[in-house]
Amino acid sequence: MSEAIIQARDVEKYYVQPDGNRIEVIAPTDLEVWPGKIVGLLGPSGSGKSTLLRMLTGLSKPSSGHVMWHGKMMDGQIPNVSIVFQSFALFPWLTVLENVEAPLVARGVGAIERHKRALKMIDTVGLDGFETAYPKELSGGMKQRVGFARALVVEPEVLFMDEPFSALDVLTAENLRSELLELWLSKKMPTKAIFIVTHNIEEAVLLADRVIVLGRNPARIRSDFEIDIPQYRDRKSPRFLAYVDYIYKTLTRPQEEAEIPGKDTAASNNGRARERTKFQMLPHARPGGIAGFLELLADRSGRDDLYKLADELAMDVDDLLPIVEASELLGFAVLREGDVEITPEGKGFAEADIQAQKMLFREAALKNIAILRLIENTLHAKRDHAIGEEFFRDILDEHFSVDEVERQFQTALNWGRYAEIFDYDSENGRLFHREESDVLPLTEGA
Amino acid sequence: MARSTWQPVRILGKGPWSLLPAQTWSVVTDFFIFAAGLSVFYAILVMARTWFGPFNPHVEISRDPSHLPLYAAYSLLRITIAYILSLGFTLVYGYVAAYNPRAERIMIPLLDILQSIPVLSFLPGVMLAMVALFPHHQIGVEMGAILLIFTGQVWNMAFSFYSSLKSIPRDMREAAKIYRFGWYQRFMQFELPYAAIGLVWNSMMSVAGGWFFLMACEMFVLGSNDFRLPGLGSYLQTAASAGDTEAILWGVGTMIAVIVVLDQIVWRPIIAWAEKFKMEQVESTDAPQSWFLDLVQHSRLLVKLRKRFFRPLRERLTLYFAREYGAESEEVTPPGWKVWVGRIIASIAVMAVFYAMVRTIGMLMELNRSDYHQIMTGAAATFGRVLIALVIGSLWTIPVGVAIGFNPKLARIAQPLAQIAASVPATALFPIVLLLLIRIGGGLGIGSVVLLLLGTQWYILFNVIAGAMAIPTDLKEASSLFKFSRGQRWRRLILPGIFPYLVTGLVTASGGAWNASIVAEYFRLKDQTYTTVGLGATISRATDSGNFALLLASTIVMAMVVVTVNRLVWRRMYRLAAARYTLET
Repeated sequence: MSEAIIQARDVEKYYVQPDGNRIEVIAPTDLEVWPGKIVGLLGPSGSGKSTLLRMLTGLSKPSSGHVMWHGKMMDGQIPNVSIVFQSFALFPWLTVLENVEAPLVARGVGAIERHKRALKMIDTVGLDGFETAYPKELSGGMKQRVGFARALVVEPEVLFMDEPFSALDVLTAENLRSELLELWLSKKMPTKAIFIVTHNIEEAVLLADRVIVLGRNPARIRSDFEIDIPQYRDRKSPRFLAYVDYIYKTLTRPQEEAEIPGKDTAASNNGRARERTKFQMLPHARPGGIAGFLELLADRSGRDDLYKLADELAMDVDDLLPIVEASELLGFAVLREGDVEITPEGKGFAEADIQAQKMLFREAALKNIAILRLIENTLHAKRDHAIGEEFFRDILDEHFSVDEVERQFQTALNWGRYAEIFDYDSENGRLFHREESDVLPLTEGA
Repeated sequence: MARSTWQPVRILGKGPWSLLPAQTWSVVTDFFIFAAGLSVFYAILVMARTWFGPFNPHVEISRDPSHLPLYAAYSLLRITIAYILSLGFTLVYGYVAAYNPRAERIMIPLLDILQSIPVLSFLPGVMLAMVALFPHHQIGVEMGAILLIFTGQVWNMAFSFYSSLKSIPRDMREAAKIYRFGWYQRFMQFELPYAAIGLVWNSMMSVAGGWFFLMACEMFVLGSNDFRLPGLGSYLQTAASAGDTEAILWGVGTMIAVIVVLDQIVWRPIIAWAEKFKMEQVESTDAPQSWFLDLVQHSRLLVKLRKRFFRPLRERLTLYFAREYGAESEEVTPPGWKVWVGRIIASIAVMAVFYAMVRTIGMLMELNRSDYHQIMTGAAATFGRVLIALVIGSLWTIPVGVAIGFNPKLARIAQPLAQIAASVPATALFPIVLLLLIRIGGGLGIGSVVLLLLGTQWYILFNVIAGAMAIPTDLKEASSLFKFSRGQRWRRLILPGIFPYLVTGLVTASGGAWNASIVAEYFRLKDQTYTTVGLGATISRATDSGNFALLLASTIVMAMVVVTVNRLVWRRMYRLAAARYTLET
């Protein structure tokens, strides 16, 4: 057995807030990249997949723990790796050839040798004839081919890919995926290992020899297993589907009770949530999306396989999971072994008319969502029934990273306004109670 | 048919040039480029001779139009040198501010304040210092003028470069890092190209501003010293003083010609060339074009030069830097001596600032109450004038700008005209306008408003045009569909639509107006001084009489007023515009 190319030991990422509070993004994690293998890293969006990838490449330093390159510590050095980016990250002012040559220039390779190697790689990815084109003249798929050529021209030991096919349409992505696989299997690729980050479950099962599934907030490995199907794999084969189903289950498996206080408060008393200082992480779903999903579920006798649902709706897990999680958080649905089942409350919600839906959503939200309950109580307690958004942002600040605070606040705002729990004046950033402020602020010309 | 061969070839709709074979074209171009190179060389020689010639405070400015080409060349050279200085400063300042978080915290607010200080009040200090530095050569005064133009044009460029560097997408930065770009390659292939478009547009604005200051500082009086530099500005002032209408026309004509030529053979080509640095994912349909750029790119001489000289040179430099200074590993802690040098420099800077503060306060103590009274009433008067100029400017530019913006046919005719009108520096026209005003019989109290307007209305006009053009067609169609009345159309569609652009225009115009007040409220013409109550007049008078304490106090007050207005009014307007009136999905 050969040794791992990259080894991560107890790598952890956290941000320290000004008040000394730590926001953990990635829990201590062990990870290896082995030669001859394609590793697929799966996880919902915002789970820290990209952060983990950047720590393995040396772009970002772990807050604690360490990453080793062939058994040696990697401190601040970039080892011989490449990244293929989701956004391509090509330089628009350089031609295809110049883009592919750029990494060689950085390594001080002379013009003739550089040309030869770049042209060969452009040929390999099937772009010959486009050497003098600028990226903006190319389609998305061709741009990503340039991305691959640029990544491979330096003969990296490990090729990292950060959701390389997410920005492409379905057919182009499929085409590029199979070409990538062919290059890899026929050993035309000067690379010892591939590490691909994705949120597409099928993509992971299709490409990877080994799949690592991440949970979120903070990210930690939920499952790590080999895919034991020979290449090329058939998407319709029972074994393939079994792997896909397994990953779905893992992704939707309830996390530890301590993580999601909303889950048990849904069934029990309200008081418990108030005692806890931890807020649930709100999934970024819109009320309209939740309603649509529940109505669909109600139409299908109230229970269905998540994978089938996603397939039918042509949605990525990434898009569907937040909606499912939100339904669960609100007590409208429960997840069982990869199946989702509507609750009586959910059924009532799905069948109600628009106004009644708002009322039911309001009830469910106030019962189950700690931050909305806090806003409601605070607004009640204030004499003028209004309060600046900063107050709530500060509270969220103690629980989430900066970007996440923004997302959490926006989601809470969205839900709260829909449920008519409060109103929001975006110009001066104040939340206020609607009943108490019958006089709306005058808008110009009104 | 055999007979048709007899007929002369007639090419319709093409210029006579198209009859020439392509080869000739290229030779003509080559000759032109060669001649241009030669004339630049000659110009530098002539300049150098004058500059290092003895100091002559009483340069006679001839009103003979035959001197104009030379004067124009002098002015142009000053602008060019100042611009090169600005560019160098911009690159260093922007780079340091973007990459050194500690420096950034000081450098960016400093930039904001420096931007608000009226440049023209630097004039006396800078001039005296430079003349003292080179007491026997003309170069002292020259350098004073150049330094002044530099301070007028550098800040927005530096700011643009800094914010470009800060807004580089993370993926791109990471690509450069993962592929181990060294600093030279990073700068040349990635950072500079990324910042290029912002830098080009700001350079254009800066150079236009440079003309404004140059016109003012080529000829001015400081106490008993009468500084004159041969140039377009001094020519126009001399002509106006003498009331020589013919010379004035020649001067203004030359000015316009220089600006149009610069636009055609410098800015348009650069804009067309910079198009390739756009961060767009798809090719835009109407990319800017430039005939001159096409010409230059087809010149065989330049193609050869590029192939034989520039490309190998670039290749060598790139490889040299890549091999010698490849991807730097991150320095975790700088070596001890560096830390100490940094600390020593910082403490010297702090002491210097402290000393300067003490001296400044000491100087300000010299002033008596009537001086402060004068400054305050002046500030109020100028404030009123700036306000009136902005209101009048908005009143005519909003309807006109909207009309132009809504009507593409009109825009095609009006925009180039307006651009030419706008590019003539207001300071060049001041003496002429003033002459007219005196003839009509208006005092400078009202006259200075006209002068302020002259310099600032264009900023508003161009922004309103841009805003009107940006209003989406479907919104316009919706408003006709709902049968909006005229008033409703303006209130509901046009004014909200152009609001963010209008704010941008007004901010620039307001800053420009404060600065222009220094020249507009106090003017010497034909050995006579025209003046009115105002902060600008106070600054100019203090300059004239060498009262440095008063100059300092009034400059500080002006900077404070500008900064306060920016913070209290414009910044809020910006926020309102961004929050409510931005047209995006």
